[in-house]
Amino acid sequence: MEIMDILKDQIESNSILLYMKGSPDQPMCGFSARTVQAVMECGQKFAYVDVLSNPDVRANLPSYANWPTFPQLWVSGELVGGCDIVTDMHAKGELKTLLEQATNA
Amino acid sequence: MIETIQNKLQVLQPQVVDVVNESHMHAGPATDSHFKLVVVSDAFAGVRPVARHQQVYALLADELAGPIHALALHLYTPEEFQSVQVPLSPNCLGGSK
Repeated sequence: MEIMDILKDQIESNSILLYMKGSPDQPMCGFSARTVQAVMECGQKFAYVDVLSNPDVRANLPSYANWPTFPQLWVSGELVGGCDIVTDMHAKGELKTLLEQATNA
Repeated sequence: MIETIQNKLQVLQPQVVDVVNESHMHAGPATDSHFKLVVVSDAFAGVRPVARHQQVYALLADELAGPIHALALHLYTPEEFQSVQVPLSPNCLGGSK
């Protein structure tokens, strides 16, 4: 499968998907660490892709997403944002609601 | 770099453009690579957060394709800015660019 099809497939088949540097247990970037922490605190199951061990994803997702950096949180097929947006939404309680809706949809 | 960023953002007619060089928070040697931006502009009114960021990323596409490795964005309308406290950025943990 072409990389753009792989990305599309990942995004469409995982209702909550985090592209990050490292893993939830061992994040390799402060921004990824803060983002995955916020997602985990919401208590829903989520998928993740470590872009450091998937260089194709890392190279191509920014143009696919029109978003140049990582992490990237995708919910129900839409880009929610990176660290700044996700932590802001979490502080307002909006992230939990969004992730619950995505899980129950 | 700070001046370049400020100049490129003028198209948003911002009330505030605050550019902070946070490269010292990077784990490795880095001088002009990690930045935090606070921008206050009417251009963000009625625009959801992800699209606000995309507006700024588009203006700084050249810099993001080159020297900038991390760009924390805090983007507000003038009304929102009156009631916010801008968050601190995390330290880099060394994940390679």
